[in-house]
Parts: sequence; structure tokens; C-alpha cells
Amino acid sequence: MGNGKSAGLSKLFTTTPWYVPVLFSALVVIYPFFATDYFIDIAFFFGIYALLGLSLNIVLGEVGLFDLGHAGFYAIGAYVTAILNTRYQIPILALLPVSALAAGLFAYLVCSPIIHLKGDYLCIVTIGMGEIVRLALINNPFDLTGGPNGVFGVDFPKLSPNLVIDSSIEYYFLVWAVVGLSILGLISLQHSRIGRAWNCIREDTVAAGATGINVRHYKLLAFVLGAGLAGVAGNIYASKLMCVSPESFTFWESCLMFCIVLIGGMGSIPGVLIGAAFISLFPEIFRPFAMYRMLVFGSVMIVMMMVRPGGFWPRKRGGVAFRSLLEDTGNGNA
Amino acid sequence: MAPLLSMENLVIAYGAREVLKGISLSLDEGEIVTVLGANGAGKSTLLQAVCGLVGIAQGTVTYAGERLNNMKAYEIVLRGISLSPEGRRVFPTHTVEENLMLGAFTRRKHTGEIAAARERVHALFPILKERGRQLAGTLSGGEQQMLAIGRALMSSPRVLLLDEPSLGLAPILVKQIFDIIREINKQGVSILLVEQNAHRALGVAGRGYVLENGRIAAEGPAAELKSDEKIQEAYLGGAALKKRPS
Repeated sequence: MGNGKSAGLSKLFTTTPWYVPVLFSALVVIYPFFATDYFIDIAFFFGIYALLGLSLNIVLGEVGLFDLGHAGFYAIGAYVTAILNTRYQIPILALLPVSALAAGLFAYLVCSPIIHLKGDYLCIVTIGMGEIVRLALINNPFDLTGGPNGVFGVDFPKLSPNLVIDSSIEYYFLVWAVVGLSILGLISLQHSRIGRAWNCIREDTVAAGATGINVRHYKLLAFVLGAGLAGVAGNIYASKLMCVSPESFTFWESCLMFCIVLIGGMGSIPGVLIGAAFISLFPEIFRPFAMYRMLVFGSVMIVMMMVRPGGFWPRKRGGVAFRSLLEDTGNGNA
Repeated sequence: MAPLLSMENLVIAYGAREVLKGISLSLDEGEIVTVLGANGAGKSTLLQAVCGLVGIAQGTVTYAGERLNNMKAYEIVLRGISLSPEGRRVFPTHTVEENLMLGAFTRRKHTGEIAAARERVHALFPILKERGRQLAGTLSGGEQQMLAIGRALMSSPRVLLLDEPSLGLAPILVKQIFDIIREINKQGVSILLVEQNAHRALGVAGRGYVLENGRIAAEGPAAELKSDEKIQEAYLGGAALKKRPS
């Protein structure tokens, strides 16, 4: 029953060979010094998708709740940053926690009434939620969101008046620093009381309730934390692109996040990184065959589901195949 | 003396279909009471209603002078009622030890109490101590049942609700489980036991109720129910009748 960061970290190293995270971190640090700006930008978006994947992984991987509207939370984070920055000149980095809080609060309000839904029902409602957010943004409520054009002129993040993050490599390090911190936080969360409660709810909601876990509370907590992290990703995304528009937050974005978690392996942090790499690098690698890349993408997904149903890097313990989760929700009330 | 746990006129409905149609039942401190009935009689629903896992349409559930209606499941566990659900439902990808500790989820501030409960569970089920680091999903059916009961005991309940603990177990294991149920009761835990194995259940219980289509068809001391011909016919099987020279 170890808790706290150190116990969680030592557990990571017992389930994953120690050199994997070390090599990966070293690669992340060295990479931009050998890459052109174009490739650094690709790695930046890899980082954004890693953050989004990690955030959805809390909801989908840890608790097993089907959330196909995660782009909505991402959009809230991005728009809160863009609006507050362009209207009130609040610095981007100060808005980082604000976007997380706003997205988390939104998730709390929206998910409270739907949290009791199971499996595919929750999935359908979250799809609706994500679409409503996008349509609301298009309709320019209170003249805030700029309608289909979005909000322009988002500032660069400034560490101090002289230390401005405005080049590709600096953005790259910003996003990967946030990814690194999130991973450390999520690992200790996985091995905490909260993480155990989440996994139990995923494995058997009835038994979890019967052992005294406040199921509703922990499900909501997962949504709020997941949305908060998506809000953080939205913040960085908004300042990198300098503008936000509704078309960045379509249903397709939610699908990509879902794929990231499924490809990598539900509940597995290394898996999320692999999934995010796949989703963000794949279109770039296959750019010359742009016409066929969705065909290849679809085939790869099908083959993967047949060959490795648990994902490329499933969680050693507590990992579940997507399929078993679907079956589980089928007789949820037995 | 007022009973520790009692139900008055309990009605439970899934949508428009009433599963329990007005059940009154009581459990005194220190007792084992069994609820018998065929599939679909509403036995499991009854237990789930007590622990707040299904909503109550009408009637009341009272525990130690307090109404449990509409209380959340975790609040009920906190008050000392604990369920070992039907079909075991252990957490398969967690170790035996972790499953047990999850049973103590509501008692994290009481480390001394958790340690004592753990000792007690290990004493009742030595196999769980032996298999502590094994994944629960890899245990045999009987061991999983023991784990489910052990997990329910980890919250140090005053009332233990057992839902078909003999389901799918070999006869020798069934006997062992029922011996343990008696032992748990001796340690001061009141037990509400739902069973299809009427013969065994009436063997350990002091009193019993027979559920039929959501109503109580018969109730009384276990010995009386055991000798009741109608019940023998319905739940003990024809073989039991034939054996009796009458």
C-alpha cells in the first residue's frame, strides 16, 4: 500500500524496464538539436496529442468510460485562453491553470447529470456534448468566440518580459515539459487510492459500489481531471497556432484521441505515447500518398485490433482489452 | 428488542415490472437468516436494495434504528453493512491482497482496524494469505468465493450479506464455505444469506424466508421450514421426500 510519488515511480520501474523512460527522455531532450523546424513542429504536435491522449486515458483507460466528446474540453481550454488573452491581455502561462480549471468546471457541470449512463449510452451523449460545444462556438455567443473564423492574435507565452517562447524549439520544450510533469503526476495517481478505485470501477462497477467506493464521485473526478488536462493542451495549442477556430475541435479530433488510447493500450502511459506518435507522425510520413493514407490508417487499425487487441503496449497489470470492456457493459446490471 | 436490520413492505421495481411486491423481513443481532427462492424470485434484488445498489420504490429498510432508503451505497458500507455479491465479482487484475485492501476502502483512517480485519480474514481463509500476491483472476472458483467473502469482511461489518456463496462450487467446497459462514457468525457478525442450496442454508440458519415471485411464501425457524413438505417439494428436490419413510 505505498502511496506518494516515490512509491509510484519505483513501481513504474518494476513494470517497465528502467532504461525505457530514461532513453525516451534523453531522446526527447536531444531530438530538436538534430532536427529541422519542420520536424520539431511535428514533434510538438506529437506532444499535444500525447497530452490529449493522457487526458482521455484517465477517463477511458483508467475508469473505462466511453468519452467521444473530449475535443469539447480541449476546445474550452483553447478558447478560454484565446479570449482572455486577446481581450484582457492576461499572459498565456497564467492562463494555463485557468484553462484547466475552466475545462474541469465545464466537465463537472456537463457530466454531473449524465455520469450514471453506461457504456455506449454515455458514448452517444458525449458525442452530442462535443458537437454542442463546437456548434456553440460557431454561433458566436455574446460576440466572444468570433464565430466560424475563431479568435485571432493569441500572444506568445512569456516566462519573463525578455524570455518569450516564440520559436519552434521553445514551444517543443514547453509542451514536452508539460507532458513530462503530467506523466509523473499520472503515474503517482495510478498507484494511489484514487487510481485503484478507478480501476475497480472499470473492472466491476457493482462490486466497486458494494465495497464502499463512491462510484459517482470517482467517475466525475476522472472526467474533471481528464478535461482539465485537455484544457492545458488547448492552452498550449492556442498560443502555438496564435488563433483558434471551431474546425480544430471537430468530432474527428475526439475520434483521434480515442484511437490514441486504443492503439497504445487502455490505461497504459507508454501506450498513450505510442498511440500519439502513431496518430501524429503517421499522416506526415504518408504525406506523399495523401489520397490513400486514410485507407492505410483504417487497415492498420483493423489489423491491430486482430493481432493486439489490448493495444501495442498494454498495461502489465490492470490492462484490459477494449473488447472485454464492451462485453462487460452489455450485462452491466446483472 | 428491535431487530438490527428490518424491511417493511419493501417494493422494488425495474421500470414497470415489480420484482419485490411488499417484503417484510427482519434480522436480529447475532442471527443467521436465510432467504430461499428459485431463480428470478428477487433474492439478489433484495440484497442489492439493502446496500443501496438499486432504488427502493416503496417501503423502508431500517438498520440499527436508521432508515437506509435512498442512502448511497458507500454510506451504507460505512454504517457496517457489507455485501459479497453473486458470482463473486472479484477484481481480476488486482492481487488477492489488493482485493482485500479494497474491501477496507471506507476505513482508511482506521489502520489498526484494517490490520485486525486482515488477520481475521487470513485466519478464516489461510489460502488467501498463501495466494496474497497472485492475481485474483487466476484463482479457482472456490478461492474467488473465499476472496469475495473476505473482501466483504474487510470493512468490519456488523451485517454481512451473502449472495449465493455456494454458486458453482464443488460439494466439498460448499461444505467448507458453510462451515466458514458459521464461524463468521460465531465471531459476532449477523448474516443474511441468500441461497438456492436450501438444504445447506437451512442447516446453518436459525430462521428462513421463502421468496416466490416477489412475495414471501413462507417463513419460520429453519427446522420448521426444513420439515415443511411443500418446501421440501419445491426446493429440496423430490429425492429428499422419497428418502423419508412416511
